[in-house]
Amino acid sequence: MANHTIANNVYVPFLEQKGFLSWFLTTDHKRIGILYLISISLFFLIAGILALLMRFELMTPMSDFVSPHTYNVLFTLHGSLMVFFFIVPGLAASFGNFLIPLMIGAPDVAFPKLNLASYWIYLVGTIITLYALLSPADTGWTFYTPYSATTDTDVVMITFGVFVLGFSSILTGMNFIVTIHKMRAPGMTWHRLPLFIWASYATAVLQLLATPVVGITLLMLIAERSLGVGFFDPAKGGDPVLFQNFFWFYSHPAVYIMIIPAMGVISEIIPVFSRKPIFGYKAIAYSSLGIAFISFLVWAHHMFTSGISEVAATIFSFLTFLVAIPTAIKVFNWIATLYKGSIELHSAMLYALGFVFLFTIGGLTGVFLGALAADIHLHDTYFVVAHMHYVMIGGTVMGFFGALHFWYPKWFGKMFNESVAKLSWFLIFVGFNVTFFPQFFLGIQGMPRRYATYPEEFESLMALSTYGSWILGLGVLIMTVNLIKGLYSTEKAPQNPYGSLSLEWQVPSPPPTLNFEEIPTVTDWTYGYGKKKEVDA
Amino acid sequence: MEQANMEHAEDHGLHLTPEQEYGISKLGMWLFLGTEIMLFGGLFAAYAIFRAKYPELFLESHQELNREMGAVNTCILIFSSLTMAIGVTAIQRGKQMLAGIMILVTIICGLGFGVVKYFEYGAKFAHHIYPDTNIFFSLYFMMTGLHMLHVFIGLAVLGVIMVLTFKGKFNEKYSTPVEIGGLYWHLVDLVWIYLFPLLYLVG
Repeated sequence: MANHTIANNVYVPFLEQKGFLSWFLTTDHKRIGILYLISISLFFLIAGILALLMRFELMTPMSDFVSPHTYNVLFTLHGSLMVFFFIVPGLAASFGNFLIPLMIGAPDVAFPKLNLASYWIYLVGTIITLYALLSPADTGWTFYTPYSATTDTDVVMITFGVFVLGFSSILTGMNFIVTIHKMRAPGMTWHRLPLFIWASYATAVLQLLATPVVGITLLMLIAERSLGVGFFDPAKGGDPVLFQNFFWFYSHPAVYIMIIPAMGVISEIIPVFSRKPIFGYKAIAYSSLGIAFISFLVWAHHMFTSGISEVAATIFSFLTFLVAIPTAIKVFNWIATLYKGSIELHSAMLYALGFVFLFTIGGLTGVFLGALAADIHLHDTYFVVAHMHYVMIGGTVMGFFGALHFWYPKWFGKMFNESVAKLSWFLIFVGFNVTFFPQFFLGIQGMPRRYATYPEEFESLMALSTYGSWILGLGVLIMTVNLIKGLYSTEKAPQNPYGSLSLEWQVPSPPPTLNFEEIPTVTDWTYGYGKKKEVDA
Repeated sequence: MEQANMEHAEDHGLHLTPEQEYGISKLGMWLFLGTEIMLFGGLFAAYAIFRAKYPELFLESHQELNREMGAVNTCILIFSSLTMAIGVTAIQRGKQMLAGIMILVTIICGLGFGVVKYFEYGAKFAHHIYPDTNIFFSLYFMMTGLHMLHVFIGLAVLGVIMVLTFKGKFNEKYSTPVEIGGLYWHLVDLVWIYLFPLLYLVG
């Protein structure tokens, strides 16, 4: 890979400029990445606190801490904020922005101004949604009709906020696709691209094709409430299940918008800390596109109990099993990369290993739910909650934390305390499992989700889950403090602390405003570890 | 340090050649048009489902629509696409005046479309036909309303492009924004070409 040295008198780190406007009007992809990173992290913490409140209520069988209505509001906000404000923009908008131009050897994304506009649109969506909190919705994040068309709470504003956010997502996706097609450095061929780029590409395609559909669905719901149209109202000849079809046509691909970038992160972290070339490069690269494609064909597996025909359910069940193939391809290739590697247990690597372990549990329990007969029993129980959180926290959030620890030195030019990072990883890993593993048992025993009260026989497992949430919360708190404290540390990060071969590590930490003094020429793929002389740290 | 900083801030930009910018913008616009198709696709899917479910209702209700006005609007939009295409070709050959006038004609057509639609909507309201009358009119108002919104956005975009064209910002070497704006306008036209038979020519 091209090596890069920059004379000290020319090098200006991108973080150098100070002041509100230098951030608010920036078109630098690295700064916009930070803006997203701060925004999504805030929403993650807020929605996380809401989750802790819910778990606190669930310590006892009775509804004693909050009223059932407040509980409904809590899970609606927890879900909506986590999904639409944290995890969907998530890794793609924050690390995607920061890494894509650096990894492909470009000075910026293809449309820098549009990139800033996307962030502003995200802010507008946020403001609208905050306004909606004056009368917070209690529909659940899925906004299912008919309840969402009839509840007294303010569904129109929050769905409109989500609708606006959709534009941010669409424009970001479009920007990244064009960037990856047109801005690659000379010699950076498709099969030399880092796998994070392949993952970002697959994600962007999903954002582009699926988001408009949820946009029109939410518009139809808004029209339902404000103009009295009856697309989803049986009394007016409409069909409430149509809403579910439309909603999941987006929201199932959206699940992969959430997870595929995390898979890309894992594909970057594992080879670096195994000191081995990634195993099955092309299989991992194309399986991202495979997942993206199949994700459009499985939406009705959320609706097996919604009264869809048996033929349709059987077909969707079969198609759902297909998702397991590209997913397993990735997991096996990561394990094969680890095999006989010289493994270094850096905190980022711990998160990556956590991902592989937890995501596999999440993925396999997804196969249970894809099976028709099992789903009839497990649908809308805590089993679904546990499965979903194993994929979303065990998968995406582990990937997000891994990315934070891995690229932190590059992004901010500082180091965090590694021992504290390992401690927080341990607490998060243990806390997560204690919180969510009991929920598989609760679900199998028939405990439905979204209730503030429950029969007394579930109390011990419920309480255990709540204790786990405290450990998890403590872990996240320690991690957050550690990372923020690191920003103020005096220890400057070296250019390439892990000896990575990827392009972003060949520029100073933090990168200069223009990324590369001179656009590099790429002569090899990114994963040639152990084969050639490695770049010094 | 301060000096270097300032220079870098000013210097920060992509420095693309016109050809690169053309390729990038065109790919970006085509992708965006793809998202527009998906957006309208949701409504087209709803249309297909409800028309299959209630064929009589659609047949009956569509007779309330004014076919003549719809046909006139279809002609207006197709003609405006023609003038837009002439405008793009003109600017590619460096004829700034002709291009500007053609974009102006396109804008006038777009406004004319809006006027006809205004009278159509007005007539519906006068007959107490609203979006909540039945599923057909729900679809009619949502589909044509969303399309109308796209017409307005297109008019705003073309307005800016027209002013810049008359100011001489574009020529045979650099005409990317005119072409991109033209692509968007063709999409607006294309969507209507599907809406017209689906809504006005059911029987």
